[in-house]
Amino acid sequence: MREFAYETPDSVDAAIALLAEHDGDARIIAGGTNLVDLMKLDVERPALLVDVSGLALDEIAETDDGGVRIGAMVRNSDLAAHPLIRRRYPAVTQAIVAGASGQLRNMATVGGNLLQRTRCVYFTDATKPCNKRMPGTGCPARDGEHRNLAILGASDACIATNPSDFAVPLAAFDAVVHTRGDYGDRDIPLAEFYRAPDDEPHRETTLPAGAVITGISLPSSELAARSTYRKVRERASYAFAIGSIAAAVDVRDGVVHDVRIALGAVAPMPWRARAAEQALVRRPATADSFRAAADAELDAARPLRDNAYKVPLVRNLIARTLATLSEVDA
Amino acid sequence: MGNTEQRPDGTSKEPAIDTTSRVRLQVNGRDHDLEIDNRATLLDVLRERLDLTGSKKGCDHGQCGACTVLLDGRRVNACLILAVAVGRRSVTTIEGLAADGPHPMQEAFVERDGFQCGYCTPGQICSAVAMLDEAAAGWPSAAADDVRDDAVDLDADEIRERMSGNLCRCGAYVNIVAAIADVAEVDT
Repeated sequence: MREFAYETPDSVDAAIALLAEHDGDARIIAGGTNLVDLMKLDVERPALLVDVSGLALDEIAETDDGGVRIGAMVRNSDLAAHPLIRRRYPAVTQAIVAGASGQLRNMATVGGNLLQRTRCVYFTDATKPCNKRMPGTGCPARDGEHRNLAILGASDACIATNPSDFAVPLAAFDAVVHTRGDYGDRDIPLAEFYRAPDDEPHRETTLPAGAVITGISLPSSELAARSTYRKVRERASYAFAIGSIAAAVDVRDGVVHDVRIALGAVAPMPWRARAAEQALVRRPATADSFRAAADAELDAARPLRDNAYKVPLVRNLIARTLATLSEVDA
Repeated sequence: MGNTEQRPDGTSKEPAIDTTSRVRLQVNGRDHDLEIDNRATLLDVLRERLDLTGSKKGCDHGQCGACTVLLDGRRVNACLILAVAVGRRSVTTIEGLAADGPHPMQEAFVERDGFQCGYCTPGQICSAVAMLDEAAAGWPSAAADDVRDDAVDLDADEIRERMSGNLCRCGAYVNIVAAIADVAEVDT
């Protein structure tokens, strides 16, 4: 591990000033569950750590419009257990408790969760080429180990998946990311927060350089109160998803009135399934409709040699989850 | 380890930044004033500087739970926490749990034979003690039928799910679950 200096700024603005002074060679740290690991692996080599975990960004509060604002430093376990979250956004609580372990959830923060890095084995191995870690060095995953990599939204340069469970319901329910930088405060809709990899997979988000996440907001949503999160993985607990879904559906007189679907572990970002949603609105809430909607989304899938299993997995995940939510036989 | 860079001609460059820190760590109720390398994890400081070797290094990547300690009563992976970042939070290790004789969780592990080689056991016990507090506080888990429901029915499925951050390579899980259920006074 490279040696580094360590600072505990007493305000967000002081943290931003430290980042500016060190011009790309500093990293924000909070829970550290991902960053410390990546530093041990020499994937991250900051000269300065700016510890923001002590800043007063740890509140969960109802907003004027009936939504909720969550500070960036709220620990995952506190968020999952909060009455506002588990009652109004149960998919958020389900996603968090489906991720990591009790120990890690006590450490990991909301802001850090959104900025965690892919677990692609080439990204986390500093001896291997990786366009995300070392731009221009190539992507061994395309012909190599890609069983759990992306089928949607990837590029020739990178097929890594975003590993977050938490970000999936945030995508489904139109979360907004609150940021602060030298530009002041700026809100970024989650749908615009993660960048498509294209030919610059090292640029993962639209968070400006030197800026920090101060929190997120979820808007008020009747649908969200009836939402669910389902996660498929290779063991019963404490494993990353190979496919996951956050969904909610409002069925009136047998017809889909409104629906939200987002997918995890299939794309470089939490994947809002807008094609599936559009295929469902005003259609009968039947197993056939649900499968057709899944197929509409998966038209864009570009599976590779060893991750093609994700296409039927996601098709079934969408169809079964919507059937369960709307109490229709799958 | 030094932070002074040697140049090829033998001269040295002054370090641009300080990569060590003076900290006061509160561990098992005692304060320790230490000068530490910023890279040191809490686990390494506990084991190498304070001779508290009960906390074990298994994977060193937060995947096995052998290093589990309590920070202000909450279970965490000491291998992923930088010692410099602990601040004034109180650290409790397996040695601290046993300060006044064996902790009830330790006695239950002995009674139920909840281990074979014992390497994961300190982490299992620290994790289990804090896990029961989490369940008593109504924290939901992935084993819940409905996360909107505050009540936790701590059955074997719940215990297994909540303890999934602690691996036992000997496979003593059956007896670990029984030991924890004994302390929680639930049937499994």
